[in-house]
Amino acid sequence: MDFKILPAGDAAALVEFGDRIEPETNDLVYALASAVEAASIDGVVELVPTYRSLLVQYDLQATGFQELSDNLQSLAGEVRAPAEEDTSAKVVIRLPVAYGGELGPDLDTVATHNGLTQQEVIDIHSGAGYRVFMLGFAPGFPYLGGMDERIACPRLKTPRLRLPGGSVGIAESQTGVYPNDSPGGWQIIGRTPVRLFDSHADPPAAILPGSVVRFEPVTEEQYGQLKAKVDAGEYRLQMEGETA
Amino acid sequence: MSAGTAKVISPGALSLVQDAGRLGYQKFGVSLSGAMDTEALLLGNRLVGNSPDCAAVEITFGGAELEFSQETVIAVTGGDLDAKLDGTPVPAWESFRAPAGSSLVFGGPAGGMRAYVCAAGGIATEPVLGSRSTHAGSGLGGLDGGPLKAGDELPIGEPSDEPSALRIPNGLLPHRTSQLTLGVVPGPQQDAFTGDGVSVFYSSEYTVTDRSDRQGVRLDGPVIQAVGDRYDIVSDAVVFGSVQVPGDGKPIVLLADRQTTGGYAKIGVVASVSLPALAQAAPGTTARFERMTVQDAQAAARKRMSDLLETPLEDASPARAFSLNVSGQIHEIRLPNQPDPNTARTIQVDINGEIELVAVEAIGD
Repeated sequence: MDFKILPAGDAAALVEFGDRIEPETNDLVYALASAVEAASIDGVVELVPTYRSLLVQYDLQATGFQELSDNLQSLAGEVRAPAEEDTSAKVVIRLPVAYGGELGPDLDTVATHNGLTQQEVIDIHSGAGYRVFMLGFAPGFPYLGGMDERIACPRLKTPRLRLPGGSVGIAESQTGVYPNDSPGGWQIIGRTPVRLFDSHADPPAAILPGSVVRFEPVTEEQYGQLKAKVDAGEYRLQMEGETA
Repeated sequence: MSAGTAKVISPGALSLVQDAGRLGYQKFGVSLSGAMDTEALLLGNRLVGNSPDCAAVEITFGGAELEFSQETVIAVTGGDLDAKLDGTPVPAWESFRAPAGSSLVFGGPAGGMRAYVCAAGGIATEPVLGSRSTHAGSGLGGLDGGPLKAGDELPIGEPSDEPSALRIPNGLLPHRTSQLTLGVVPGPQQDAFTGDGVSVFYSSEYTVTDRSDRQGVRLDGPVIQAVGDRYDIVSDAVVFGSVQVPGDGKPIVLLADRQTTGGYAKIGVVASVSLPALAQAAPGTTARFERMTVQDAQAAARKRMSDLLETPLEDASPARAFSLNVSGQIHEIRLPNQPDPNTARTIQVDINGEIELVAVEAIGD
């Protein structure tokens, strides 16, 4: 696939694979990130993979744009998206969510907006697998792809000043989970008790790019039980290497 | 001298523990944070004998007060916020001893926006993900993830060796101006803007607005037109200095506390050498952008970095007066008080117009 290597200032280079959000492109980004890591190029200090590009930050005392782009050029020319059977073999993370009620105050708004019942919204939202394209915006925040347009809904007109960590929301045709308490304008349809970011854990983010997230409806009572386990440090994230 | 604490008597407008930033975790969505004026942090640490990336207290806009529990060698660098130690103005860009119980008070900005208090041994709060930097937005670093509060006690590390009183040579100091010219390396999304839009950006004067903070400097000025009015891009990573242009066409330069990714097209990235001045720019400061090739920006950054790291610092020891009795005539001479007043040395003394070399040695009290 074609790619471009562009300067992002005097201390970073950006390798761009196209300008679209699609799994194949995203696979190339992560394949390149692994290749750059494996090559341990002098002066590379940090890699930030996103939907369709890889940012390579470097120490300009140790290398320069020209030298680094030569290295990246040959690595990017060699990366291939994983073979098809590998592409579907993703780690699947099962994320329990209590939908509606106090934990999901906007479930009714999303249902009404789309002419659906609340249960239909839950069925559609929890019926799909969502690819994790990247983390960004806030610590541990996963950018998820693949939400059904039938449950799309505009953001709140006035963002809430404080959303509890774990809130599961919808904004336009995206869905996401707020890892920590933060302000936010997404329509909140439920909440997960799972902590998505823990600065003492390694890695600190619970959901990593390349995996698939599935939301599993739980009752408020189950939510409470799971939350107690999470708070006691006894909860293990449920994941499996599942062939989608 | 021992490792004591710096107690926050008042945090003023905003005081934060910052080091060189939380490198290595942006792929998890963790912002870099770190000192806004990276040069002031580096030079402050050099002055007190720390490694260049040690943590310091970043004081924004003044109004803050710190009290040292033990005698501590400190330096105040960065913006001039009218710092006084027990009521006496503090020499900027110099290291000196703050006595036990002394209080460092910041008035208001007299040039620049952010001052750095570097202490020998460094601020020794618990690192989080490899850094002590505070990112208040995500509650990471510092003492408890947020700005400092009255009553907070910041531990100070053990200095590696006895720091001497030093001064940054004038040639290394920043020139404060209310009219900035900022180098910019074009891209990565310059193509998202019309030819006219790009010309407007490089030929217009922009003004720093008061809606600027550690996340970024928002500028006001002529609108930069995007092709087909499309300012949104597929979100990608941003860096310290990325110039993003949202739908209103007014540029925002992203700084230390920026989010890791952004969804607006970036017309260019401010050159590393221009960032410290921008970090100190008060609202109302004007800025013009000047195109630079990546090669030129790198050459300038390398030159600046080697100057910052390698230029010898000046001796700032207070001179001590002695009287010199030469054949019954008393002459006053002044000797620097560092590194050790008891060390023997040879000095030149002007005695009745004749320059004589005189060996001086302490002989005890």
